[in-house]
Order: sequence, then structure tokens, then C-alpha cells
Amino acid sequence: MSKPKVGFYWCASCGGCEEAIVDLNEAVLKVVELVDIVFWPCAMDFKRSDVEAMEDSEMAVCFVNGAIRSSEQEEMAELMRRKSQLLVAFGSCSHLGGIPGLANLFDLETILAQSYKNAPSVDNPEGTYPQRETEYKGHTLTLPTLSNTVRTLDQTVEVDYYLPGCPPPSNLIVAAVMAIVEGNLPPKGTVLAPDVALCDECERKATKPEKIMVKEWKRPHLTKVDPELCLLAQGLLCMGPVSRSGCGAPCVKANMPCTGCMGPTSGVRDYGAKALSAVASLIDSDDEAEIERALDNIVDPVGTFYRYSLPASLLHRRVMPGTIREPVGAGLDGKD
Amino acid sequence: MFEPKIIAIFCNWCTYAAADLAGVSRMSYPTNVRIIRVMCSGRVDPQFILDAFAKGADGVVLGGCHPGDCHYVEGNYKTLRRYRLMRRMLDQMGIEQDRLRLEWISAAEGDRVQKVMTEMTETVRKLGPLKLEVAGRIQAGSHEPVPVAAEGVKA
Repeated sequence: MSKPKVGFYWCASCGGCEEAIVDLNEAVLKVVELVDIVFWPCAMDFKRSDVEAMEDSEMAVCFVNGAIRSSEQEEMAELMRRKSQLLVAFGSCSHLGGIPGLANLFDLETILAQSYKNAPSVDNPEGTYPQRETEYKGHTLTLPTLSNTVRTLDQTVEVDYYLPGCPPPSNLIVAAVMAIVEGNLPPKGTVLAPDVALCDECERKATKPEKIMVKEWKRPHLTKVDPELCLLAQGLLCMGPVSRSGCGAPCVKANMPCTGCMGPTSGVRDYGAKALSAVASLIDSDDEAEIERALDNIVDPVGTFYRYSLPASLLHRRVMPGTIREPVGAGLDGKD
Repeated sequence: MFEPKIIAIFCNWCTYAAADLAGVSRMSYPTNVRIIRVMCSGRVDPQFILDAFAKGADGVVLGGCHPGDCHYVEGNYKTLRRYRLMRRMLDQMGIEQDRLRLEWISAAEGDRVQKVMTEMTETVRKLGPLKLEVAGRIQAGSHEPVPVAAEGVKA
């Protein structure tokens, strides 16, 4: 019997998810024994044309990491969807939008201006922007277009399963591959990780007071952190109570509060709203001015509560006043 | 003229009773407001507020008992804390803070309900419609977003 074919692809992401597969170490051998990797541009020499040449649904499963921002990513997501039976959103960015999703706080024009013009480190006296088409030595070179909005994978194509995390922990990756190979899969749409909050597996759980009350939220780099005591009890913004477990709480073990990369548990529709609710409720004051003071140390509420999930939020995003609908001079057309 | 949609979430013990009083006292206020009754303002999960906005509300009013009067002792204080943080976050997301308002209205203050509803309708009318991008799948070829069903939220 031929082994099931597996593909990997990355979209708007940092490369950490590809690293996570390499980090499987010996377990990767187990995986390779069970499956045939037929597409993995980051690590092996396959081309898009190899995938295009496949029959539809020829791959058993395809793991796609990264959010969707460019026309190339959109096309590849559609191609991978067509060529594989199961599509798994791999990692926070494809699951919920991830860090790149925070770009949805701005429109494309603002982001391009910051990256190619205004940032203090930019040296671009001619004001060159990326061009959709460039003539070079008689050849026409092209670049994908960027859309105005960052989307999750399931806002682009149909997704069967989600592997959460930034990046997904190796034990969950192996468990997911085994489940797929053995055909032992939960209902479609399931997040392949335990459905309980991180606090449940946190080593500091025993030190959590019965009732946590916080007078002042602290920032980790300005605080001497007790290595044993529950981080919330120390006034650090730990997202443990609202985040899914399965990672083993490595950040908390290293004295860093959880930032919520595993996303919410299944009962939560909007991660940021729940995180906000949990944090605000712990403030130990009934006085409006005092509450405001306590909140002053949460300097970036969206970045704190929606760090990995802004595109997947209920509000999604406001229609930006500067939304680009027509191709601008630089030739990049915002298309949504 | 733009007619805003406003969702009001009122606690059973004070503000909803006040709205009732406004009704039986024949005090009229704009019909832009739709009231939802909850047992306590502390029951208002921030998800409810975002859901209201996502489903087309241009403004949301929360109503609870005056500080110290909460039927459940401290539910309204929890609401106050969440509300203060929520306003900051909405602002960062480009949504005017005044689209969300919290009011303490006791069961005897029917006139206050009338006043707040009228003010809120005017405030939101001035702000204009809340335009949100549709979080939907964009089908190949077209770039029109296809709305995702409410159930289509990731598990």
C-alpha cells in the first residue's frame, strides 16, 4: 500500500512553524516512515507545478501555516485545498490570524508607508515602493499583490482541522499526524489540542489564591518575578485562564506570562473579549478613578488580548477610511 | 436621516424596572433602542457587546444598579471594570468610545431611561453607521466576502 501523501506550505508567517516540524527531532523519522512528503518548499525541492500536476485530492493532508495577505498566498491556499483531502490550519497565524493579523489595526497604505518610507531605519531616498511589475533586462518581473486585510486560513478556504500554537507543540503535531494516518479523527472543525484552559496544566496552579485581586498590573520587564507564585497573583497579565492548554506552559515555566498563542477553548467565540473580561474582573477597586489608574499599565489592550487572534475576532475590523480599492501609483491594489 | 440601531442591555432589578416605569408612565423615547433584559449587568459578557456590534448595532448601552445597590452585591462593579477596559480597546480598534455607554439607573428613574436613550440615539446618529468589514471567505475570482455563519466560528 502506498503511504499517504502529505504537503506543507507557509503563507504570512515567520518560519517558526517550519522550525517546529524540524524540532520534532527523532519523531520526524516516525512521521516520514508513515507518510510521503510530496510538497514542502521550505525544506525540499518541490515546485508549485508539481502540486498543479497532481490529481485533485491526491494528498491525504496538507498543513498550511501563516495568515493570508497576498494574492500568492490566496492562490496557494486554494491550490492546496483542491489537491488535498484534509486541510489543517497549522499554527496561530493560519488558525486565528496570529501576529501578522495585528496589521489589521492599520490599512495597507499606512503599513507600506511605514515600511518603505517613514521608519527611522529606512534609507529609501527615491521613495521606491514594491512594484507589481518591473522591467529588468528585457524581462517582466512580477510580485503578488497585497490585500488590505489579513485573513485567517478559514476565512480564505474551507479548513478541516486546526493545530494551534505559536508554533504548535511537537507532541500535538505528532498526535495529529498519527490521528490522520490511523483515520482516528474528531469531528471536522476541531482544534487538535486539549479543550481545557492552560491553568489546568500550569505548574503554578497550586499557588493560585482562592481569589485573585490586583491593585496594579505590572509589566514583566519592569518586575522581579517570583518563580513559583501564580503570575496573575503577582499582577502580571497572564492569559492562562482564557487560553487552551496542550503546550505544557513553557512560557510560564520561564517566568513569562502566557500570551495566548493556543487560542481560546471551544466555548469561547471571541478570545480578546474573554481575555479582557478575565483581566478586568480581577481589578481590586470599585472606584472609577482607581480602576482607570490600574488600567493605565495595560498599554496595548488589542496587542495584549488579541495578540494572536485579531482577524478571527467578532468585530473583525472596522472598514478603514483609507481602504485602497483602486490600484495606487505603486501598482499594489488592495482588493478587499 | 440615519436611524441608528442601539442595543440596550439592562439588569432585571434596576434599569429594566426603570424602563418599565418609563413605559407605564408614558414617557416616550426613540424607537432606535432595543432592550435586552439580563439578571445583572455583571452578566454582560464583553462578547455580547462585540456580538451586538458585529451583528449590526451602531451603539450599545449597558444599564445596572447604582454602586452599592447591586442585587448581587458587586456585579455592577465588575461591569464597570470591564466597561472601562472595553472602551480603551474599542478606541484602539478605531471604534468611537461613545458607541458604548454605561449608566446606573435605579428602578425609580424612568425619566433617566428616557433621557439616556434620547441622548444615546443622538450621539450615535452623529457618529454615523458603524461600518465593519465582513469576516468572510472570499471566493476565488470575485473579491466579495461571503459571510460566515454565526456557527462557523472555530471550535
